[in-house]
Amino acid sequence: MSTPVATRPFAVAGVARTARVRRYGLWLAAAVVLLLLPQSVRTGTAIAVMNQMGIAVIFALSFNMLLGQGGMLSFGHAVYFGLGGFIAAHVLNMAGRGAIYLPVPLLPLVGGLGGLAFAALFGSFSTRRAGTVFSMISLGVAELMAASSLIFDKFFGGEEGITTNRSKAPLLLGLEFTRDRQVYYLIAFWLFVATLAMYAFSRTPVGRMANAVRDNPERAEFVGYSQHRVRFVSFCAAGFFAGIAGGLFAVNYEILTAENMGLNASGAVLLMAYIGGIGAFVGPILGAVVFTFLQSMLSDYTGMWLLYLGILFLATVLFVPMGLAGLLMLHAPVWRARRVGRLLGPYVLTGALGFVAAVGIIGLLEMVHFVAAGRTGTRRLFWLVVAPRTLTPWLGFAALVVAGAVGVRWTGPRAVAAFAEASRPGRP
Amino acid sequence: MFQLIFFSILNGLVYGMLLFMLSSGLTLIFGMMGVLNFAHASFYMLGAYVAFTVGLHLGFWPAPVVVGLLGALVERQGLRRVHRFGHIAELIFTFGVAILVEEIVQLVWGRPAKSYQVPAALDFPLFRVMSSSFPAYKAFMLVVAVAIFAFIFVILTRTRAGLIIQASLTHPQMVAMLGHNVPRVFMIVFGIGSALAALAGVIAGPVLGTFPGMAQVLGSIVFVVVVIGGLGSLSGAFVASLLIGIVQTFAVAMDVSVGGALAAMGVHVNTAGALHDLWRVTIAQVAPILPYVLLVLTLILRPTGLFGTRET
Repeated sequence: MSTPVATRPFAVAGVARTARVRRYGLWLAAAVVLLLLPQSVRTGTAIAVMNQMGIAVIFALSFNMLLGQGGMLSFGHAVYFGLGGFIAAHVLNMAGRGAIYLPVPLLPLVGGLGGLAFAALFGSFSTRRAGTVFSMISLGVAELMAASSLIFDKFFGGEEGITTNRSKAPLLLGLEFTRDRQVYYLIAFWLFVATLAMYAFSRTPVGRMANAVRDNPERAEFVGYSQHRVRFVSFCAAGFFAGIAGGLFAVNYEILTAENMGLNASGAVLLMAYIGGIGAFVGPILGAVVFTFLQSMLSDYTGMWLLYLGILFLATVLFVPMGLAGLLMLHAPVWRARRVGRLLGPYVLTGALGFVAAVGIIGLLEMVHFVAAGRTGTRRLFWLVVAPRTLTPWLGFAALVVAGAVGVRWTGPRAVAAFAEASRPGRP
Repeated sequence: MFQLIFFSILNGLVYGMLLFMLSSGLTLIFGMMGVLNFAHASFYMLGAYVAFTVGLHLGFWPAPVVVGLLGALVERQGLRRVHRFGHIAELIFTFGVAILVEEIVQLVWGRPAKSYQVPAALDFPLFRVMSSSFPAYKAFMLVVAVAIFAFIFVILTRTRAGLIIQASLTHPQMVAMLGHNVPRVFMIVFGIGSALAALAGVIAGPVLGTFPGMAQVLGSIVFVVVVIGGLGSLSGAFVASLLIGIVQTFAVAMDVSVGGALAAMGVHVNTAGALHDLWRVTIAQVAPILPYVLLVLTLILRPTGLFGTRET
């Protein structure tokens, strides 16, 4: 048993060192990228989108502590994001008045503690059971808070919400947060710290037990762990990090409304985590970045961005339940075996045909939108000008959909077969 | 006071029976497949919109048929596919369908509410008690809902098809062994459940409003009903529907605040403090919260619901 270690000590040490270098190198590289990212863009819009992404990433990661790592599907995770944000906004206002001393960089911590407090309150009873009961209670709590926001005017600010002003708070080390670029570094700092903490949490015994309780609660109980308590700890941690994201939201946008903790916000984070892939730690990061990017990009072109994201979401659920990250990780063995070249042909072909179908679907939807809005005349779609009130463009886009779909049905299985062939271990 | 109680009971009955039309399908679907169908209220919304569009030309009956077929299609092509990934995946799938339906409704019919009107033949006051009158349309809603209830009851308890459905609820493998196509039974039940929801939309559209958010407004309440009644239990859904219907209508009618009630009892609280919102809240304002409080309490204290026999 011990012969390999005894005869190849250098090899083992080498492997351990590579693993360590890889582990720390990845985090270091992420930190460098976060620091340099604002230098690569010029426009303020890009900075604003990146700020939004950073907040979304923390929020989605905290959501995945529940869904991916703990097997708890929450329909009300935005409650802790929103409550953390509201508490942070009120504290920021108090700091602005000089009632307490609290500089802006520490504010996300206040939001986190707020989220933690409410997660401990609601989690104490909602984590007793997993599965559908947990989901239903989370939905009930979300509706409860949505209805309460109409009642408690002073705390939630009614329709207008709570506004705040980050420039009035006392300074820490002379750091000012007047421009978006300065807020970016604050978000980047908390993003890095929170991501590192959440990753570390998933490696602790309690994080591992969360996985065990997710997979087999009965067995975890027999080993001596209370499934209720394990879920409760995960739930509190998730609430804490959601609150940090909420606090950053308060700093970045300087306004919070009841919508930020509504059902739609909770739905959005589910979409992000699922599209990215709930099975891998990086999944929600990818999902949040892609979701925010598509959202900000699509909303420039069309009022129906949620429809497209919904289609993307359903397609993920139906065809790629492992999400983007899962799909990428599936290809790791192929990459290591240096056989990616073989996949290129079938993938590009399938992708091109899928793109054709997508163009057709988008064209049809946009024309439905055009006609349903009661408009007449022509509009630009992609690279051409079409008149949706005539038959030709409908036939054209429908033909694209049919051609693309038939093509994908034909090439899709071939691409899958090529993948199976390429990922088979051993020399070809 | 009599007038208030009388009309609250009547309105509560109408609302409760409407809830039952939705929850009956939902609870049957849950009982069979173990899926809480998030998109159920979306079919209700589609029913209202389709009826609004085709009602003037073809009558109201195509709407439930079309939506029922659509429901069967969703089950066959979508739900069955994600079934192997477990209940959470199914829940997520139906959640996605709900989002998509809402977006498609906004795409096709636009964001503003539609003026889906009560048909002229039913637009008159049926009777008057003192100063208030009761509209004939609400009586019509009540009649339709009761008829549906009787229909489901007879089908489930007195026919062979009902026997197979009930058996598939508890012993799907055994039913399959006896040569019945259980997945097809599931599909048919899903389709009929969607059609019932659509029918509820057809008759509720003019009263509760036809707008893109109507599914979200009612959807969560229907969940509450199904959970309180006991998942999979039809009689539980019936009792819980009436309970929620009556509780909500009564609560809305009452304009009493906590502070006011305490003041009436001789206790005066400082209404200017930090909790001043709490003291000024009236029962009517709390009405939207009540179902969810009941839901959370039920799930904590009695997870099987009132009439349910098993936990989720």
